[in-house]
Amino acid sequence: MKRLIAAMAALAMLMPSCTAEEPVVAVVAHDFFAVSDEVIALFTEQTGIEVRILRGGDAGLIVNEAVLTAGNPVADVLFGVDNTLLSRALEADLFVRYESALIPQIPDEFELDPHVTPVDFGDVCLNYDKSAFGDELAAPATLEDLADPRYRGMLVVEDPSISSPGLAFMLATIARFGESGEYTWRDYWADLRANDVAIAPDWGTAYYGMFSGAGDGDRPIVVSYATSPAAEVIGAEPPIPETSTAVIRDGCFRQIEFAGILRGAKHPQNAELFLEFMLSIEFQEDVPGNMFVYPVRTDAELPAWFGDRPSEAPPGLSPEEIEANRDRWLTEWADVVLR
Amino acid sequence: MSRRTAIGLAVVPVLFLLAFFVWPVASILATGLVEEGGKAFTRVLTNERLLGVAWFTLWQAVVSTVLTVLVAMPATWVLARFDFRGRSLVRAVATVPFVLPTVVVGTAFLALVGPSGVLGVDLHGTVWAILGAHVFFNIAVVVRVVGGVWGHLDPRLEDAARSLGASPWQTFTRVTLPLLRPALAAASSIVFLFTLTSFGTVLILGGPRIATVEVEIYRRSALFLDLPAAAVLALLQMVGVVAALTAYSRYQERHTVEQTLRPVQETARRIQTGRERGLVAGILGGTGVIVIGPPLVLVWRSLTAGGGFGLQAYRALRSDALVPVGAAVGNSLGFAVAATLIALGVGLPAAVLIAARRGRISRWFDTLLMLPLGTSAVTIGFGFLIALDSPVDLRASRALVPIAHALVATPFVVRASVPVLRAVRGRLREAAATLGASPARTFREVDLPIVSRVAAVGAAFAFAVSLGEFGATIFLARPGGPTIPIAIYRFLGRPGVLNFGQAMALSVLLMAITAAAIMAVERARFPGPGAF
Amino acid sequence: MLELRDIAARFGQLEVLAGVCLTVGPSEIVAVLGASGSGKTTLLRVVAGLHRPESGTVVWEGHDLAATPPHQRGFGMVFQDFALFPHLDVAGNVGFGIPDMPESEKRSRVSEELERVGLAGYETRRVGELSGGQAQRVAVARALAPRPRLLLLDEPLGSLDRAFRRELAADLRAALRSAGIPALHVTHDPDEAFAVADRIALLHDGTVIRFGPPELLWRAPGTEAAARLLGLTTIVDVTVNRDGIHLGRGEGRRARAIVREEAVRIAADGAVRGVVEDSTFRGPGHALRVNVPGGEITLVHHERVEPGQTVGLDIPQEGFALLDG
Repeated sequence: MKRLIAAMAALAMLMPSCTAEEPVVAVVAHDFFAVSDEVIALFTEQTGIEVRILRGGDAGLIVNEAVLTAGNPVADVLFGVDNTLLSRALEADLFVRYESALIPQIPDEFELDPHVTPVDFGDVCLNYDKSAFGDELAAPATLEDLADPRYRGMLVVEDPSISSPGLAFMLATIARFGESGEYTWRDYWADLRANDVAIAPDWGTAYYGMFSGAGDGDRPIVVSYATSPAAEVIGAEPPIPETSTAVIRDGCFRQIEFAGILRGAKHPQNAELFLEFMLSIEFQEDVPGNMFVYPVRTDAELPAWFGDRPSEAPPGLSPEEIEANRDRWLTEWADVVLR
Repeated sequence: MSRRTAIGLAVVPVLFLLAFFVWPVASILATGLVEEGGKAFTRVLTNERLLGVAWFTLWQAVVSTVLTVLVAMPATWVLARFDFRGRSLVRAVATVPFVLPTVVVGTAFLALVGPSGVLGVDLHGTVWAILGAHVFFNIAVVVRVVGGVWGHLDPRLEDAARSLGASPWQTFTRVTLPLLRPALAAASSIVFLFTLTSFGTVLILGGPRIATVEVEIYRRSALFLDLPAAAVLALLQMVGVVAALTAYSRYQERHTVEQTLRPVQETARRIQTGRERGLVAGILGGTGVIVIGPPLVLVWRSLTAGGGFGLQAYRALRSDALVPVGAAVGNSLGFAVAATLIALGVGLPAAVLIAARRGRISRWFDTLLMLPLGTSAVTIGFGFLIALDSPVDLRASRALVPIAHALVATPFVVRASVPVLRAVRGRLREAAATLGASPARTFREVDLPIVSRVAAVGAAFAFAVSLGEFGATIFLARPGGPTIPIAIYRFLGRPGVLNFGQAMALSVLLMAITAAAIMAVERARFPGPGAF
Repeated sequence: MLELRDIAARFGQLEVLAGVCLTVGPSEIVAVLGASGSGKTTLLRVVAGLHRPESGTVVWEGHDLAATPPHQRGFGMVFQDFALFPHLDVAGNVGFGIPDMPESEKRSRVSEELERVGLAGYETRRVGELSGGQAQRVAVARALAPRPRLLLLDEPLGSLDRAFRRELAADLRAALRSAGIPALHVTHDPDEAFAVADRIALLHDGTVIRFGPPELLWRAPGTEAAARLLGLTTIVDVTVNRDGIHLGRGEGRRARAIVREEAVRIAADGAVRGVVEDSTFRGPGHALRVNVPGGEITLVHHERVEPGQTVGLDIPQEGFALLDG
């Protein structure tokens, strides 16, 4: 048996894969990771290292994938683990410890663990399509409104088990309604379900596919980001004077995205260089225009259209709480919503 | 065959199965039973939603099976009993859906009855889309398995019944049907197993709310990382599969009827009356629409995606930023070649052994080899991930994908080879001996040419299986290393007309490659009663 | 010369051959005639070396063949289902057993063999396209092509229709004669055995119960089982005394005997009275079934006799053949 496995391993080696000596860094990221070509070229120019970006779906998927192959990763750096998934990754001992020299430039609230480096943050908030609301029906203002029959069939959310904004929104509801008492977050979701909430597999499908404010969908309320309306304006062709969508401030949840060096990485030194690069001012200032989130460095300049940095964080849950309960919450959510 | 030869032939298949089937399944068992101290069982068995998923899985499989048989029988009858021009072409066309990858079937049905489907009804997320896809997918099983026997059934038996005063319907129910019953049972159990463990089609057509046990295993393991619950579900599914297989083999033992099979040329007759012509045309036309419709719609929609008629969706495939399509095609072809070689290396010795020896051990061996087919692909992928981390950590190895594919493909190689090898073993090899051919020459000039044709048939099947494999691959393909089905699935998960167009274009591409492989098989088949 | 000495064989628990002794002389055609399931095929497979006998020896020219594998015995075989190689054409099948020789010689040899069986020009046909009779001829040509020392034929005409069988049996004998190859031919059809064989062995209950030239067997089958195998089915109870053989029970030794229908005449003064059971027109005349003391006699008469009528029969003594036991 051992010989057979060894033979199979030999077979594996015959198949093309990354070899150790190349000046390469492989970065596994979620599908919405984006960075300007010039910025990546700058890194290659400075270091001589070629960047390979492997996109593996939504954040939840790439983290789970990495957890299931912990210690034997396909890439060197993982980008896209956020504060909702961080505990899962740390528990699986996914990353090697690495602290950037630039950490002092970053506000303390983002430094959650020495194994990961914060890169950006954003608030997950409900967005609505302004054209769907007006005198007859005011736009919803609170989470409770969404369970109101007047807003029936209007909301689309992402599946929290595979989508990180979906998870963030679920956590926001848990933070808001709690686990015990007369009306728990489960009751809230049962009401949302009764109110015909739509479940999308990921943010892209929800926002561009099912939301009426940005795509050809028919649902005027979506779980997205606080920066999404600004992104609508900058992305519009031809330019539009005013946003067609707006943010509901109730039920927001702050997401911090981290990068880390995967344990077992084949190019750990290149990976360190890349992490440092992600905190460089060039990369940080490239973040808003590409990913529509805020850079963690306070000294990075924001584009004018993007709006100011949000001052205070919405109420949330501590990573410890998330760590202790997330899997149970996800199962309970599926039991309530997907039955 | 000497005992030593037998053991020699058994070594590779047995080791392969131990390492890549028994060991992963045992690991699943251990995960389900040992982690959480066995509480996972009660957790799963008391979860209303999961019980609902299990119940849905069961009933949709039963309904899919019944519907498939009902829809497929008329065409099976026509193809088995009538001789007309283009019959073999029609038969080949009827087989097409079965070899289509499940992801392609799912995409085709989305193009047909999805949110912007050509039929104008949105059945996405309903059981109807799933049942439709299952029927479409499995018609070929009934046409092949039941038609295979029906076409060789002595028509004089029916004539005898008619001459004894039985009406056509009585003849069918009292003579034909009982004689077909073993074949019907075989076809039904295959369809039942396939629909019970259906993954790709359900994942694509079911939406977030509809899930089979198979989909739930995937969700629990890959998405929730709830490995114990996934293991329990996988075990429950295996129990169901084994129960179905056992019931089937019991049934076959009790109900097998000895009968003389006639060559097809002697059983089929020409179409005689205008009424018959109308009937045959109607049945073939109706079945044709069901079988050809979805792939045609797929091709049409892939050409018209994003407005206008043209290759824009195909062109977009070349330069997609998120999904490396070129790499996916290369991966799929490379994996398929590797999987085919492994499946042949494992399957042919096993087939030679099974063909040469009868008796209990041979039957057990046969069953063991068939088990991976009954075990769901998702279970295999899941098992690989949790089992293959020691002594050598293979989890991130690219070799896992073709190995998993080979595991699924090996039963096809064995099934395709054993009957022909049995024929070689018997008369032909003896005939060669009486003509003075030494065993070595017999092997070279009789066994080998025939086996290599068989191997070609098995290889093409393995190739097609590997190209379309989705359930295990979704666990095992690494980011940046997707196969074509994975790429299709990812395109489907992204919004917008062009992405859907790309999913359809890629599906068409995969369909074409698969069809080419299967067409190669049809050419290599032998004529005559030994061929089915 | 082939000698089979006391061959016994079994299939699992079932004993199919229980001590068969048989010889096939040079250029001799021996037919083994037996009912289906009598072990005929097993006997051939033992001779070919394809089935290991429980006991007994197969001897060729004085040598025990126990240690000789099938392909070195030099015995050709024609299988009941022909077992033509599906991956080869007709020429490929016929040429399969021909020893190495230049391609052109081999080709002419194949043509020669095909001509012998009346299939000249069939070289490139696919075996799947052949009719039953053609496939049979190809199988014979294939078996004869390597010039075997002995040819084994397993019901080679069994799957063909009856009219055709006569013709092919004659052709087969001619082909074997022209090749000068001794043959062991297994069949259940007495006509086929008569048409082909120099000697016939009657196989019953796993042993040869009678072995001899066809005429001799026909004249004196010996036992009732042998008579039935030979198609002699008019068997009646007789009494044997000093005056000869008489139908029915009377003074003297009781016995069973065959009545040869061709010897029986209807005569008004016939010594035997019988009642006509039925009368069927059959080409040369009317076949009558007549109830007589001791059983039923079938005979052919030039005119129809109404059932129920009593007729007189004249049966000469040579019309009887006594059976043992």
